[in-house]
Amino acid sequence: MAHIEVENLRRTFQIAVRNPGLSGAIRGVFRRQSEEKVALDCISFQVEKGELCGFIGPNGAGKSTTIKILSGILVPTSGRCEVAGLTPWKHRIKHVQHIGAVFGQRTQLWWDLPVTDSFDLLRDIYSVPQEVYKQRRDNLIDILDLTSFLATPVRQLSLGQRMRCDIAAALLHGPSLLFLDEPTIGLDAVSKLAVRSFVRQINQDLGVTVILTTHDMDDIEALCRRILVVSDGRILVDGSFEDLRRRASAGRRLTIDMVKAATLDLNGLPGVQITTTNAGRCVLSFDPIVITPAELIREVTARVEVADLFVENAPIEEIIANLYAGGSQ
Amino acid sequence: MKPYSALLRMRFIALLQYRTAAAAGLATQLFWGLIRVMIFEAFYSASPNRQAIPMNHAQLVSYVWLGQALLGLLPWSIDREMREKIRTGGVAYDLLRPMDLYFQWYFQAIATRTAPTLLKSIPLFVVAGCFFGLKPPTSAPALVAWLGMTVLALLMNCAFSCLISISMMWTISGEGISRLAPPVVYAFSGMMVPLPLMPAFMQPLLNALPFRNMVDVPFRIYSGQIPATLHHVIPAALHTTAWTAALLLSGRLMMQCGLRKLVVQGG
Repeated sequence: MAHIEVENLRRTFQIAVRNPGLSGAIRGVFRRQSEEKVALDCISFQVEKGELCGFIGPNGAGKSTTIKILSGILVPTSGRCEVAGLTPWKHRIKHVQHIGAVFGQRTQLWWDLPVTDSFDLLRDIYSVPQEVYKQRRDNLIDILDLTSFLATPVRQLSLGQRMRCDIAAALLHGPSLLFLDEPTIGLDAVSKLAVRSFVRQINQDLGVTVILTTHDMDDIEALCRRILVVSDGRILVDGSFEDLRRRASAGRRLTIDMVKAATLDLNGLPGVQITTTNAGRCVLSFDPIVITPAELIREVTARVEVADLFVENAPIEEIIANLYAGGSQ
Repeated sequence: MKPYSALLRMRFIALLQYRTAAAAGLATQLFWGLIRVMIFEAFYSASPNRQAIPMNHAQLVSYVWLGQALLGLLPWSIDREMREKIRTGGVAYDLLRPMDLYFQWYFQAIATRTAPTLLKSIPLFVVAGCFFGLKPPTSAPALVAWLGMTVLALLMNCAFSCLISISMMWTISGEGISRLAPPVVYAFSGMMVPLPLMPAFMQPLLNALPFRNMVDVPFRIYSGQIPATLHHVIPAALHTTAWTAALLLSGRLMMQCGLRKLVVQGG
C-alpha cells in the first residue's frame, strides 16, 4: 500500500466579500456577502514509501493546504486521505506520532529556551526512550552541525541555525514521513546547501518519505525525483523533472557574444526568435526539432563574428511560469 | 501524563528566566497593596458603626495582601503567548503533537499562572508579613484548607482561561474578551472589594457564580472569617469542583467545534 493515498480531496473556505469604498463598507454593515473560495479542487495522488516529492506552485495554489490536511491540522471539506492507513484528521494523535513537519516560516522550538531544552521537551512529548533519543539526537547534532549553539536560546539564533534546529526537532521522534514547507525560505546559499544535502541524506539513509514545498527551483532540481505542480487547487503535472521540461516546452537557448554589436539577421531560420539583445550579447530561442543546434550555430557564425556562444535548456523558472499561466486560464 | 508534565516543567523553566519582570511585579504589587490598605483604612475609620462591618480590619488587611500576592493566579487576561499563537497560526505545531490539544493548553495555562506567582508571592508574603500587617493563618486547619482551596481555585481558573483562549478560535484577535473578562473577574471574585462588603441583594448571585472561589472563599478561610471546618469547607470545595467540571466540559466542546472550522492562517 502506498504511504500516502489522496483521493478527490477538496477544501473550500468561506471568504467575506467586501465592496470597496465607504458606500461599499456601509452596505456591508447591513448585508453580509460571502463567497466560497476553492483552495483544493478534488486532487488525487499517491506517494510511495521512501519517495522524495516536491510540491511547487504559485502562492495560494493549495500547497500548504495540502500539507496541512496531510498532517492532520486541517479538516478537508470532502474527499479521502490516508497516511500509512490512518486518516490524519480523524486519528490525529496516533497519526502525528509518525510524522514530522517543518513550517519554514515559523518555529516549533520554544522561543525562550536553549535548543537542548526544546529537544528534551520533544523527547518527553513523543515519549522517546532515553537510549534511542540520545543516539538519534547526537546523530542529528553531528550531521546538522548544531554543537556550537545548542545552549543558545532559540530567539538568539540566526535563521539558518534555527532552520537546522527545527529540522532536527522534527526528526527526534523518528518519523517515517517528513513534511517540509518551504524549508529554505530566507536562507543564505551555504545554509541552503546544508539543508538540501541533509534532506537527501535522511531520505536515502533512513528511508524517510519527504514531502517538500518550495518556490526555489534549485531545491527541486537538487532533491526531487518527482514533482507535483499545483495551481488553483489542481495538480497540473505529476512526474519527473524531465517530464516537466518535456511537457512545458522543448525550447532551447543559444546565447551569442558577438565581437562587435550587430543586428542578427534571422532570415531563413525557421522557429528561431530573439529573446533578448543587449550590446554585444544576443539570446535566441529555438526548437531543436525544427532546427538542430549544429545547424543554427553554423548559420549564426556565418552571419556575424562570434566571440563566444553556448546552448542551454530554457530555465526551469520560465517553464513553471508558463505552466502556471496555462493552468489559470 | 508525562508529556503534559514535561510541558509544565518547561514553561516553568522559561518563565523563571524573567527575574526582572518578577521584581518589577513585586514592587508594583506592594505599592498597590499599600494604596488599597489605605483606602480601606479610610473607609473603616470614617464608618460611624465600625462593629457592623461584616469583616474586621485585621481580616481585611490580610485579605488585601493575599490578593496582591496571588493576583497572578486569576484568569483575568488571555495569556500573551496564547494570543500570539492563535493569531499567527502557531497552533499548527500544537496540533502536530501527539497530545490532546485541550490539555496542552490547560497545562500551559497552569504553568503560566503558577510560575510567576510563585516567584512573586513568596517575597511578598515575607514583606507584607513583617511590615504591613499580613497575619499568618489563624489555625493549622485554616492553613491546610486555604492551601487546598487555592489549588482547586487554580484548577478552576485555568479551565476558565482556557475557555477564553478557545473563544479566540472565532474572534481571532481576543481584543474584546480580554477587555471584558478582567472587570468581571475582578468584581465578582472579591479582588476589587471583599465580597462580604458587597450589598446584601447581590450575595445570592455572588454565591452562585464561580468567581467567589477564586479569591473570596480561600482568603476568608485563611483569615478565619470562614471557619476551617468540614461543614464549611466541603460545600465550597464541591462548588469549585462542579464549576471546574462545567468549564472544562464546555471548553472541550467548544474546542471540538472550533477545530472543525479551524483555518490555520498564513502560508
